[in-house]
Amino acid sequence: MTTTTPTTRPAPTTAARAARLPSPLALGLWRTQHELRLFVRERDAVVFVFAYPVVMLAIFATVFGGPGEVYGPPGDEVPFSQYFLPGMVATGVVLTSFQSLAMSIAVERDEGGLKRLRGTPLPVSSYVLGKVGQVLVVSLAQTALLLAVAALVYDVPLPDDAGRWLTFAWVWALGTAAGAVCGVAFSSVPRTGRSAQAVVTPVVLVLQFVSGVFFMFHVLPGWMQTVASFFPLKWLAQGMRSVFLPDAARAVEPSGSWQHGTTALVLVAYLVVGLVVAARTFRWRRHDDG
Amino acid sequence: MSTTTPRPQPPAPASTAAPAPLRTAPPPDADAAVLVRGLRKHYGDRRAVDGLDLRVERGLCVAVLGPNGAGKTTTVEVLEGYRRRDAGEVRVLGEDPQTAGRTWRSRIGVVLQTANDLAEATVAETVAQVARYYPDARDPREVVAAVGLQEKARTRVRALSGGQRRRLDVALGVVGRPELLFLDEPTTGFDPSARHAFWDLVDDLRASGTTILLTTHYLQEAERLADRVVVVAAGRVVAEGAPADLGGRAARSAVVRWTEHGAPRETVTDSPTRTVAELAARFADLGHDEVPGLQVLRPTLEDVYLSLVGGAAPGPSEPEARS
Repeated sequence: MTTTTPTTRPAPTTAARAARLPSPLALGLWRTQHELRLFVRERDAVVFVFAYPVVMLAIFATVFGGPGEVYGPPGDEVPFSQYFLPGMVATGVVLTSFQSLAMSIAVERDEGGLKRLRGTPLPVSSYVLGKVGQVLVVSLAQTALLLAVAALVYDVPLPDDAGRWLTFAWVWALGTAAGAVCGVAFSSVPRTGRSAQAVVTPVVLVLQFVSGVFFMFHVLPGWMQTVASFFPLKWLAQGMRSVFLPDAARAVEPSGSWQHGTTALVLVAYLVVGLVVAARTFRWRRHDDG
Repeated sequence: MSTTTPRPQPPAPASTAAPAPLRTAPPPDADAAVLVRGLRKHYGDRRAVDGLDLRVERGLCVAVLGPNGAGKTTTVEVLEGYRRRDAGEVRVLGEDPQTAGRTWRSRIGVVLQTANDLAEATVAETVAQVARYYPDARDPREVVAAVGLQEKARTRVRALSGGQRRRLDVALGVVGRPELLFLDEPTTGFDPSARHAFWDLVDDLRASGTTILLTTHYLQEAERLADRVVVVAAGRVVAEGAPADLGGRAARSAVVRWTEHGAPRETVTDSPTRTVAELAARFADLGHDEVPGLQVLRPTLEDVYLSLVGGAAPGPSEPEARS
């Protein structure tokens, strides 16, 4: 096979090893780079993640966006493509963060990849950091693509004031981070890698329908709005509406306001609770593995 | 593997080890990399490990041999820190695996029984990535070469054959320069030439001072690699010793069979030649030149092992439980 033998220098002392262990943050960055490399090589996943929100926007803009079809209070009407853009941004964020992590970690656990990592000095925090880092990069690229298509193909006006972009930045970042940690937590729910898609997809789909992504939120029944307000997607979509719709459109919101304070509160709560649950329930091994 | 590294001489047994370095109060069992006393682990009603004792001295290769379901993997996974034990005392490199931290993990190397992951990275990328987790890793390229995968360094893991993937598993297990390496049934599914190449690789690791705890159900593998063999059945140790002793003691006992008064007779003896001579003399006294149906049966190592683990032993002997 070979004549090369592994280096035969003596093992360092335990204290020297402890002092030279790489920091969890540095390892998180290495993991991010590694996860991104693996992600871009999953060609079907790349195509799906980037095309899905764009295709959905195209479908909704085409079906509902005929000439003269507008939405909003008189004087502040916007075309349907503009109305649906915030929902598509939100759904894209949920797709790249929650759905992709809940499924990919469940598969990694099932295939034994997580168990292998557990046999190394890699801390769980670095593993999660790597996942979150990958999600942030992919989600940013996906959102940028969606906004570019909306602006260039569907002539959706993008905000031109810094205040709205600031709102966009914190809603997007909080939504992506909360979605990512909730995805890590939820990845323990599917019992096998094969069942992951069947378990995760309906959750996302139902949330999309009740949270005002596919329908206008204010036309949903009151009880459905109430149910949706317990989940982050409703707040993420509402926050995005406040960025991409004229300010007058808030009159149509059930509360008559964009509720930025509540949005921030709910997303931060999901981020914190998701982190705690993920840390406490994280499994390196499969359910049936002892 | 075409390596010319000679098989390392096993270090002397602990009892006759070289004089201990000057130390005012040597900690007990400082030379033991693994120390297990009375380990118990059950899953529901099934007792997977039932009072197991094990000791692995530093620098040795110890093989845990046993049939499927004997508790080998459960024991090893307790030692690796994957599973919590129900009872017993476990020290691995001086620490309790249940509470040991990252530094401890950087001192062990784990090659799991099954792993089917890491599909889209190349061999070189995978080894280099894992090397980053350790404070004093080996050169990833050197490790890839040592397991004979340099030709495949730029191949995606997904495209490797079963044997190549197993060698990658070993590369990932040793890249952190472990003091103690766990190999859980490393050559299952190998063809003979791949198995021999793998054994040479383990020899190289031994030569570099790595302590190895190996589980296998191949007797030949244990004989070839291990300084000491521990036979496990039904969750406890049923025999322990140097491979040669384990086979040698049992190989001395044989079964002599013959027919007398029309009925088959047999006796188990450590000196079959004398038994046959006595039989011949007795039958000669009765006027027979031949002992009817005379057979001398010697157990193979496999017979010894099968009788130890309580399998359907075709072997004639019933060696005592400890050698």
